[in-house]
Amino acid sequence: MTFEWQVLLQDTGAGERYLDWLLSAWGWTLAVSACAWVLACACGALIGVLRTLPGWWRSLGTLWVEGFRNIPLLVQLFLWYHVLPALMPALRELSGFMLVVLALGLFTSARVAEQVRAGIESLPRGQRLAAQALGLRLPQVYRHVLLPQALRLALPPLTSEAMSIIKNSSVAFAVSVSELTLFAMQAQEETSRGVEIYLAVTALYVISAFVINRLLLTLEQRLRLPGATA
Amino acid sequence: MIELRHVGKTYTTPTGPLPVLIDCSTSVARGEVVVVCGPSGSGKSTLIKCINGLEPFQQGEILVDGISVGDPATNLPRLRARIGMVFQHFELFPHLSVTANLMLAQQQVLGRSAEAARERALALLQRVDLYAHRDKHPAQLSGGQQQRVAIARALCMDPIAMLFDEPTSALDPEMIGEVLDVMVQLAHDGMTMICVTHEMGFARKVAQRVVFMDGGRIVEDAASEQFFGQPASARAQQFLSRILR
Repeated sequence: MTFEWQVLLQDTGAGERYLDWLLSAWGWTLAVSACAWVLACACGALIGVLRTLPGWWRSLGTLWVEGFRNIPLLVQLFLWYHVLPALMPALRELSGFMLVVLALGLFTSARVAEQVRAGIESLPRGQRLAAQALGLRLPQVYRHVLLPQALRLALPPLTSEAMSIIKNSSVAFAVSVSELTLFAMQAQEETSRGVEIYLAVTALYVISAFVINRLLLTLEQRLRLPGATA
Repeated sequence: MIELRHVGKTYTTPTGPLPVLIDCSTSVARGEVVVVCGPSGSGKSTLIKCINGLEPFQQGEILVDGISVGDPATNLPRLRARIGMVFQHFELFPHLSVTANLMLAQQQVLGRSAEAARERALALLQRVDLYAHRDKHPAQLSGGQQQRVAIARALCMDPIAMLFDEPTSALDPEMIGEVLDVMVQLAHDGMTMICVTHEMGFARKVAQRVVFMDGGRIVEDAASEQFFGQPASARAQQFLSRILR
């Protein structure tokens, strides 16, 4: 077969080329992913810490993680889109973009929380005792002693979560956010050039995930401690 | 300065309660050096961790400078900041440089400025002879050097007493001396010290008293000449004959 890449230069009928639409869709994919990632890291770090505290804090964290981890992402998105606005009218004001960010961000936060918890729990118990023995209060123990070490340990699995979030952002098509997957479905319908369209979209997903991977690997290397064996 | 009155601690296990400390009473005066020894599992480490509230206890009371450790109203972080502690496995913070290890609690707990904290940190690194290593990270130091940094870190807080939990047990033999030298110097300077250790040479040289524990109880609490000369209990005699062989 022959490729007809000129299809990307065709006019969509709305005064722009498919290439322009593709690039704007890439922008939406990156925007959804970036916002969801910020939310996932903030909530995930907090919930991960809760999971290592005694008492009902831990139960709250467990409930969060199990809830967001055990419901399929697409179902969660529809819950945000169809069910929750019916229960909470305030949510009706939110755009599809915001709902995707919430759904994807909170879904990923459960996974981030598990990595943070595992990181904290793998530290020797003596680190916590030594910090407490110096008179640090519990929030200071976490802030200055446990989290800086736990996050370093969690960085490799978090890299893979960050790559996942790019790929998982494709669910946004289901609530009509004009990102790469929605573009691909509509453009191939209009042009009947599914092969070129899907290859182009695939390439952009691969490039995005690869760049994230390299960025975080660089961060990992820069944070490596002098004298550390690992 | 430090007083333990009938301290008892019990773990609840699936097979029933397991007592780890039973009716432990002793006291340590200002400037006194007390060595706590005994077979492993006798409760030595647990006992000294009770003194700064790192281990909770159920019975009795512990007073440090008149403040009750077990009282729920006691501000434990504030009390702990006044008692230095050195651990078997050093427990330096691996993500911080040596100097930053010494500065952290000074700034966060005592509210000292960065300059004041650094000045104090560098002075103490001089004292333990590690000034040249001030910018390294803990993993770049030997075990003996790490333990000397840990002692300096505790001293930065200007503690009223120091607790040592088997400070030389994790060290290679050739590094034990350098750590003990720092501890001997500290004792000569008049620091109040409670040391859990098997280093009987150190105990003979600097300890005024020896507390011997077995099975969660304080079996013997005697002046060190008396303990090494003529231990009263058969259990202590047996322990000494094995360890001093």
